[in-house]
Amino acid sequence: MQTNMKQNLWGYIFIGPFIIGFLAFTIIPIIASFYFSFTSYDLFNAPRWIGLDNFKEMFTSDPRYLHSLKITFIYVFVGVPLRLIFALVVAMLLNTASRAVGLYRTLYYLPSLIGGSVAVAIMWRNIFGDDGIVNIALLSMGIDPVRWFGNPTAALWMLIFLSVWQFGSSMLIFLAGLKSIPQSYYEAASVDGASFFQKFFNITIPMLSPVILFNAIMQTIAAFMTFVPAFIISKGTGGPLDGTLLYSLYLFKQGFEFFHMGYASAMAWVMLIIIAILTSLIFLSSKYWVHYESEGGK
Amino acid sequence: MQPKNLKRLIYHVIVGGFAILLLYPVFWLVMSSFKLSERIFVTADQLIPDPFVFSNYAQGWEGFGDYGFGTFITNTAIFVVLVLIGHLISCSLIAFGFARLNFAGRNFWFAIMIMTLMLPYEVVMIPQYIIFAQLEWLNSLKPLVVPAYFGHPFFIFLLVQFIRTIPRELDEAAIIDGSNIFGIYYRIILPLIVPALATTAIFTFYWTWDNLLGPVLYLNSPSKYTVSMALNMFLSNETVSNWGAMFAMSVVSLVPVFIIFFIFQRYVVEGISTSGLKG
Repeated sequence: MQTNMKQNLWGYIFIGPFIIGFLAFTIIPIIASFYFSFTSYDLFNAPRWIGLDNFKEMFTSDPRYLHSLKITFIYVFVGVPLRLIFALVVAMLLNTASRAVGLYRTLYYLPSLIGGSVAVAIMWRNIFGDDGIVNIALLSMGIDPVRWFGNPTAALWMLIFLSVWQFGSSMLIFLAGLKSIPQSYYEAASVDGASFFQKFFNITIPMLSPVILFNAIMQTIAAFMTFVPAFIISKGTGGPLDGTLLYSLYLFKQGFEFFHMGYASAMAWVMLIIIAILTSLIFLSSKYWVHYESEGGK
Repeated sequence: MQPKNLKRLIYHVIVGGFAILLLYPVFWLVMSSFKLSERIFVTADQLIPDPFVFSNYAQGWEGFGDYGFGTFITNTAIFVVLVLIGHLISCSLIAFGFARLNFAGRNFWFAIMIMTLMLPYEVVMIPQYIIFAQLEWLNSLKPLVVPAYFGHPFFIFLLVQFIRTIPRELDEAAIIDGSNIFGIYYRIILPLIVPALATTAIFTFYWTWDNLLGPVLYLNSPSKYTVSMALNMFLSNETVSNWGAMFAMSVVSLVPVFIIFFIFQRYVVEGISTSGLKG
């Protein structure tokens, strides 16, 4: 009916905005950022080529960078698994026929809904204050109050708690996954006398594993790029003693506080490489634990 | 009590109790915003304000400098609406192209789009800033709004998936009736993808409303501040006495988020459950 030329023309008219935007806001900046990463550039003078010096500085003479990388890894590898475990446990609790489930689902989702906002970061900063409600709760349980802003480890935990608190969106995805597991599997297992844990490890986890994989990847990437809570909770400093200086925050400070644009670009590239490696590691590992059903069932 | 009822009771105590525990900080924030500012931390262990005052809201609403909080809300609303229009138009056009039109290079561009999904913003942040600086777009909404008119990979992907579920027979019938390609997009597909467009609109609203990094980078004069930046300013000016105002305006900033959620809950929950959109 239609000629190829016409088809192509229409196609490119429709996706044209994407291509233009991709060139202008993604590909040109990527190339520029790659170039800047080999330069010393302060935004006011022309970039000066310094080869690999930025990368060398990061790993050999910038302890703050290595520290920032380290606490970001802790933040990601403690926060994301905890968040997924909470999400899975709560999703399983909510995967019942109770009429109240709709309400509970909403309540558990609310922290995720508002969690990225400045308002919640301000709230978090204040509940963990010296006379905040967290310390009041600890005291009432007979535990010594913690000076959350007094030591870097406690401050990092405060950020991890904030991340775990927002397990709701993963929970919704798990809940949808749980609902798609045929009930007959569990019934058959019960007939064979399987215990709760046997059913959990032999039916639930394998059937849910593709969804777990998806969540693990998306949450790891997002966690690595966390910026707002660290920025607000430390009032932009990354303190105390760089305890909340997550990677994105340090990158932001290098770029827009110290105007080390070349160094910040190099940091962005290392971040991209780390994220790519993490994602592929999770993918590679998936063949050992992710179970794909051949006939339907997701 | 029958064992079955007891079991049910225990379930609700555990699941409901844990939900209340999780949301307690939010109740505390809301309630504290009605306490006298200097009493907030003295009475942090009590939830109910005594006395119950609105003065924090009055004080917070005055904003700072010459600009009231109303200005920041208006600024944010304009920002959100402009991005929203951009996303709805551009993402639906692009998604239609990918889902329905056969053109050379389609798979290539689709793969590129999926790759941009994974790209950290930090990688393009600095060069984008330099480009916008050279266009003399700094201290305006343009750097934050204009890119929205060129599509957003997350929403394009969402819409493509949705359009693929619509039977192609509808397109063919429209062609027989003499419709051109644009007519198929406008008259057939667009009305049918309203639910997915709603999801796009809702998440665009959330992400734009909460956006802090963009405004921090691009807006310098307080007259242009968004709500999230204004809250950040409250925080940097934090003195012993103005917690109340800061809490009150934090609550104000959350109200639209809650309202949108409770009106469109179904789209939010479905959007996350089916596409894994991070909420």
